[in-house]
Formats: sequence, C-alpha cells, structure tokens
Amino acid sequence: MSHTNMTIREAIASTIDAEMARDDSIIILGEDIVGGAGTAGGPEAIGGIWGTTGGLYGKYGAGRVLDTPISESAIVGAAAGAALAGKRPIAELMFADFIGVSLDQLWNQMAKFRYMFGGKTRCPAVVRMIYGAGMNAAAQHSQSAYAILTSMPGLKVVLPATPADAKGLLTEALRGDDPVMFFEHKALYGVKGDVPDGEYRLPFGQARQVRSGGDITIVTCGGMVRFCEKAADALAKDGIGVDLLDLRTTSPMDEEAILDSVESTGRLVVVDESPPRCSLAADISAIVAQKAFSSLKAPPLMVTPPHTPVPFARELERAWLPSHKDVEAAVRKTLAYNGSR
Amino acid sequence: MQLSRDEMLGAYRRMKTIRAFEERLHDEIMTGEIAGFTHLYAGQEAAAVGVCDHLTNEDFIVSTHRGHGHCIAKGCDVEAMMLEIYGRRDGLCKGRGGSMHIADLSVGMLGANGIVGAGAPQAVGAAISAKLDGKGRVAIAFSGDGACNQGTTFEAMNMAVVLKVPAIFVFENNHYSEHTGFDYAVGTSKDIASRAEAFGMKAWRANGSDFFDTHDTMRELLDYVRAGNGPAAIELDTERFYGHFEGDPQRYRGEGELDRIRETRDCLKAFRARVSEAGLLDPADLDAIDAEVLALIDKAVANARVAAPPDPASVADDVYASY
Repeated sequence: MSHTNMTIREAIASTIDAEMARDDSIIILGEDIVGGAGTAGGPEAIGGIWGTTGGLYGKYGAGRVLDTPISESAIVGAAAGAALAGKRPIAELMFADFIGVSLDQLWNQMAKFRYMFGGKTRCPAVVRMIYGAGMNAAAQHSQSAYAILTSMPGLKVVLPATPADAKGLLTEALRGDDPVMFFEHKALYGVKGDVPDGEYRLPFGQARQVRSGGDITIVTCGGMVRFCEKAADALAKDGIGVDLLDLRTTSPMDEEAILDSVESTGRLVVVDESPPRCSLAADISAIVAQKAFSSLKAPPLMVTPPHTPVPFARELERAWLPSHKDVEAAVRKTLAYNGSR
Repeated sequence: MQLSRDEMLGAYRRMKTIRAFEERLHDEIMTGEIAGFTHLYAGQEAAAVGVCDHLTNEDFIVSTHRGHGHCIAKGCDVEAMMLEIYGRRDGLCKGRGGSMHIADLSVGMLGANGIVGAGAPQAVGAAISAKLDGKGRVAIAFSGDGACNQGTTFEAMNMAVVLKVPAIFVFENNHYSEHTGFDYAVGTSKDIASRAEAFGMKAWRANGSDFFDTHDTMRELLDYVRAGNGPAAIELDTERFYGHFEGDPQRYRGEGELDRIRETRDCLKAFRARVSEAGLLDPADLDAIDAEVLALIDKAVANARVAAPPDPASVADDVYASY
C-alpha cells in the first residue's frame, strides 16, 4: 500500500474533503469553519481556525459548508435534525469544552434517537471537537471531555493519536449510521506520520498495539499516547517490556485487548488526560479488577491530572498534565509492588 | 380560499381524532394502566391540523412533550401510537419511547421531545437538508409559550435567518408554561411573534382555536417560505383543556376558567358551527365521523390493553445502528 507523509491536521482536512467529494449527503457546519463571512475579507479569509476546513467552501458551496453564528446548541441540534432528515452532517465544536453549551443536543437528543424511537431511526452525525491541554489555553479551552461523553449510551467516542488513525477513524465515522464524537487533540495537529493512500477505514473498538512487551500493560488514548511511548522507550532501556495499548475509541472500547494483555502481564497502568473521578482510567481499572483479578500481581494504577480544573500558567499546566516521567514512575511503582518483581 | 368538502371533512376527522384520543387517555390514565407522564393536547387541535394539513410526508415536523396532536395531524398511525403510550412491543417505538418520544420518520415526524425547546435547532437542521435538496420542502418546529423562553429557540431562530433555510417556528401559545402564566413568564408584552420578528424573520399571528383562521394564515406563510424567502414564524393563540400533565390539580386556573374556555374557545365546536351555519357540511356527516373516530379509539384502547409487552431481553437492543 502506498503512503503519504502528512500531519494529523492534513489527514483530517483531506479526509473531510475526500468524503465530501464521494458523498453528496455530507455537510459541514460550525463557527468560522469558513471564516470571514460578512467581512471585507470575504469568505475563506480564515479557512477554519484549526486549518482543517480550508478550501471546502469554494469547492462544495454554501449549501454544504455552513458557517454558523456562535450558537453551539443550534450547531449540534441542527446536525441532529439534518441527520434525521437524511444528511450526514459534520458539526465542528471549536473547543470540546463547548459541550457545556450544547450537551442537551448531544446527550438527550442525538444519543437517544435510535433507542427511544424503537430502532427505526439513524443519526449519522459526526461532531468534531478540539480538546486537550498543553497549550496554556486555561480552564475552559483545554479539557479532555471524552470521559463525559463515553459515559453516555448511544454515542461513539473516537480519539485518533496518529495521522493514519485520523484518516481511518474519520472515514469510518462518516460511513457509519451512529452519532460519533470525534476528538482532535490540539497539541497533536502537527504530528506527522505515514497515511495510507486511497480508501482506508479502521473499525471502531479495536485498540492499537503501540509497543509489545511482557512486563506491564499501559492503556491510554489520544493526547497521552505520545508520553506513554516515550516512557515505554525509556523503560525498555532498563529491560522493562511494556505492552502499550492506544484505545483509539473509548466507545466502543476494546475490552478484550485490555484483558488479554493484563492476563499476560499481570500489571496495569492506565494513563488518562481527564480528571481522575468517574474517569476512563477509573472505568478501565474497575473492569480489570472485576474481570482479570486473578491475573493481577499488583493493583492497577491510574496516571491522571489532579482533580482540578486545568490551570493557565506554564508551570502550573506542566504540573497538572501527566508527563512521560509520571508514567515511568507509575510503571516502576507497579513493578515494585510487594516485591512482585 | 374555500376548502373542498373532502378537505373540510378530513380536517374535522383529524381534529376529532386528536380530541377523542386525548379524552380517552384522560380516562384511561385514571385506571392506572398507563405508566409515566402524559401531557394532553386537547383544546389545541386546530393548531396541529391547521398547520399539518398543508404538509406532505416529505415535509418535516419536530414536536414537543405535548405531541400527540402533532403526531396524529402529521399522519402517525393512531393504533400504533396507543400501543406506544401503553408501552407495548408493537408500539410505534416498540415501547421504548412512550408518550413523550413518539416519532415516525416515514411520515416526516422527527420526534416528540421531553426537553422543552430542544426541537427548534433540529428543525433548522432538517430545513438545511430540505434547502439543499431543493424540492420546496419545509421543516416545522412546534414550540409552546414555554419553549419560546429557551435559549435553544433563540439560537435556532437566528441561525435559520442567517442560513436562510425553510424553517417555520410555530408557537402555540396556550398561556401556560407548565404551571406558570404567560403574563408572568414571557417578557415581550404578551407577544411571542415579535421575538421572531426581532430575529429578522416575518411572523404571522392567528387564532389557534379556529381551524380556518390557522389554516388560511398558514397557507400564506407556507407560500412565502416555499418560495425560498427563508424562515418564518407564527403565533397561534390557543387553549389547553387539561393540566400540564395528567394528575396536575390545576390550582392555578381561575374560577370557572376551564368551563369558559371549553364554552368559548373549543375549536371543534367552532368548526361545527361555522360549517353548519354556512351550509358547507351536513351535521349528519360530522356525526358519522364522530362515531367512526370513537370506534377507532375504542379499538385502539382495547387492543393496547391486551397487547404483548416488550420482551425484557430486548432491553439492550438498538442503542447503536452498528456495534
């Protein structure tokens, strides 16, 4: 298979473009996704503040590329309604933190249509949202809201960590018939990698084995993957083999891959960018404790930020965000538990 | 514009069906056989039918928690609705939705909604879809005087104007948002339509207790919207004959208020009087419709009472289209 080297930003932009070219029913809406509407600079003066939607307006027109007012409830609600009415909308939330002002349309509406209406409807809406800390964007523009949405039945939750995964998962989202929460980490947009050319789909619910090693399992996703890779490589130099799993999707979640790995390593560290209470890390720890208890040689450890909002100052945000050193320390602590190794 | 005899008989049948459906539910709920919360639409029939009689299955509506009337007016199957309200396996939504979540996309009914104000943005989305398809379809958001105070409704009205889509905001003003009076809760001098005008769209006002006034006004409005002029709104002044929900003691009503509105603001009585006095329809034909409708509702209730419940083993089905 031929590949092209590109950034996650480019992978997302080119996938949206390719899918819109393939399927007329795909529309895209959000704030400043065109940018410059109603200004002297004219449409496309900005081309999307994240650089993922530039050029679409000129190519597909105002009927399919809709610059909206700052109205997140209406953006997500319109996506829900358009999906019921036969389209495949992509709604962009400029920051995932803005689920706060659109949550009803996500949670009570699009997540529930299919079940509540007796399985007779489909709601193929993709809500792209930009998340994550590390850019000093402070408390309301840095959160990892995926745990909240993962807790809601009816939504699928996707977090690509590589350019290839961004293409494969976004394509899958746009071909499916369920509402998908597509999380794009703002600090990962510039990450480069090889992306398969042509048709490329990745099924949801299949974790990516990032590193293989028999001593300990690290489960993570999204923005934390890169820190875990760094930790795993440092540990490898000390002869510690890490089984590193990138979940790719937290709903559905590849429970089998987690349990298989823990059954072979007997040790688990979960690394999660969302706060610790009722989090993905807590959920995975509980699943492993219930389903792989007899395999465990040490208690599962969670590496998460503290249970606080995201701080602004560089020093504070660095202290807040889990680092590769935190991951490494958790691994060593788990391995040292009760002299188990 | 004068309606044909068949159009008038059809409109009367739909209004009578809604009334009989709701009155029967009012009685049946007292037996304890129907679970959950039910919000009856009786009194507002001319609004739902006056609006929906202009629509085809290709047009979209989104409804409210008080949605039975909109469902019937848009063409949802009455017996399947009754099964749904009884929580039966063969209900319109397999017993998963209940009274507040009836939907039938095959007739363009995108769903009743338990969240006040949630439907308006969805109608904008359906209108985006309709505009893109270019077939002159419209999407209607039914809202009450309660939903007119929700931010979602404001966002939806503004976005509809900005995107110039064929969304229609129908505000049924029944003067009560739950148990709170319209005079208290709506800040724009007893005028909801002016809010739509403030967002930059044309708005109409009609007597929602008069089928003919509602229907005539909606024709004008729909001609305007289907011609590609963007969104529009209408405020329909109407009355709610029952409480906010069944079981509501309605202590907020004035002395003799319910008797008065049933006497002076009953859209079915007004319809009968109008067509009889003008010699448009024979009262015997209306009586025949009454009998047929009551028989249909009897049958729907009798069936629903003994119909099979959903299989508990199906509780986790249909959360996703694919797993």
